[in-house]
Amino acid sequence: MTNVYVAAIEAIGEAMIRNKEYLTDLDAAIGDADHGINMVRGFEAVRGKLGALPPEADLATVLKTVAMTLISTVGGASGPLYGTAFLRAAAVAQGKSAVDGATAVSLFMAAVNGIKERGKATRGEKTMLDALEPAYEAFAAGVGDNKPLPDCLELACAAAERGIEYTKTIVATKGRASYLGERSLGHQDPGATSSYILLKALNDFCRRRPAEEA
Amino acid sequence: MVGIVIVTHSPKTAEGICEMAVQMARPGQKIIPAGGTADRRIGTDAAKIGEAIAAADEGDGVVVMVDLGSAVLSAETALEFVDPELRARTAIADAPVVEGAISAVVQASLGGSLNEVLTTAESARNLRKK
Repeated sequence: MTNVYVAAIEAIGEAMIRNKEYLTDLDAAIGDADHGINMVRGFEAVRGKLGALPPEADLATVLKTVAMTLISTVGGASGPLYGTAFLRAAAVAQGKSAVDGATAVSLFMAAVNGIKERGKATRGEKTMLDALEPAYEAFAAGVGDNKPLPDCLELACAAAERGIEYTKTIVATKGRASYLGERSLGHQDPGATSSYILLKALNDFCRRRPAEEA
Repeated sequence: MVGIVIVTHSPKTAEGICEMAVQMARPGQKIIPAGGTADRRIGTDAAKIGEAIAAADEGDGVVVMVDLGSAVLSAETALEFVDPELRARTAIADAPVVEGAISAVVQASLGGSLNEVLTTAESARNLRKK
């Protein structure tokens, strides 16, 4: 039987591969033109590492493996940022055999807080947080209303998508795009975009496997 | 002596800064480049940085010089995974990477403490060119 957590991460990796040029083009406009390339390199390394795990690997092990691999293979700032997100989520997942609503909210919160802490960033600086933080809030609100988890993920995706649109309206003050100052206006943030792609891939994955939640 | 680690996006930048800094160093001074990714692409790699920190430490601590963005994030991430005692005697300098590295190496080779090397590296941002 395939490991559902591994399959979910692989779905994210496939989404990054599909969007490699798109992410790199967005990054070419306001950064160093490597975001798609870096994300794909990271998730391809992740696929190799996950393939070496025993099939019964638990969520914490899968998340930690993703974290350590992204941290050492991505190359750009998204490596330590996404890596820290997965690492903090892994700490929350430790000892958990299933993911219920409350656990999913804690995982998501730990991941977002990990990125805030690592990047010393807040919302409104034209970063992945402009997609991820509203997504987390929408997700947590959905869980609070006792909605099914896939529906909560749908809400999170919609919020992240609005977050991407929002990044077009602000000037970057963090990351490579901040070197461009006002010239970063009008462009959407590549990091916010890859965050949306990640959530969307997870959402699509859950829609395909309604009985299981990753 | 306090060890120095140089973290830059290009592996060549880190190696070049080390070559420059060695000219000012006492024999045996550890100056370790940790630039680029494992496959020498442009980028930074927390695992590589962690190994460099461990290699640079002789017990007196390590000052890590960084260039931009992900160099800082990767260096901070690397510190999460090094031995806690080594982490406690490692500092990331908030300094220009070339001038800071030269200043740090001079102070380290004079037998400066971790804090002295860090302060000297960070004061390099006040060096004027004209």
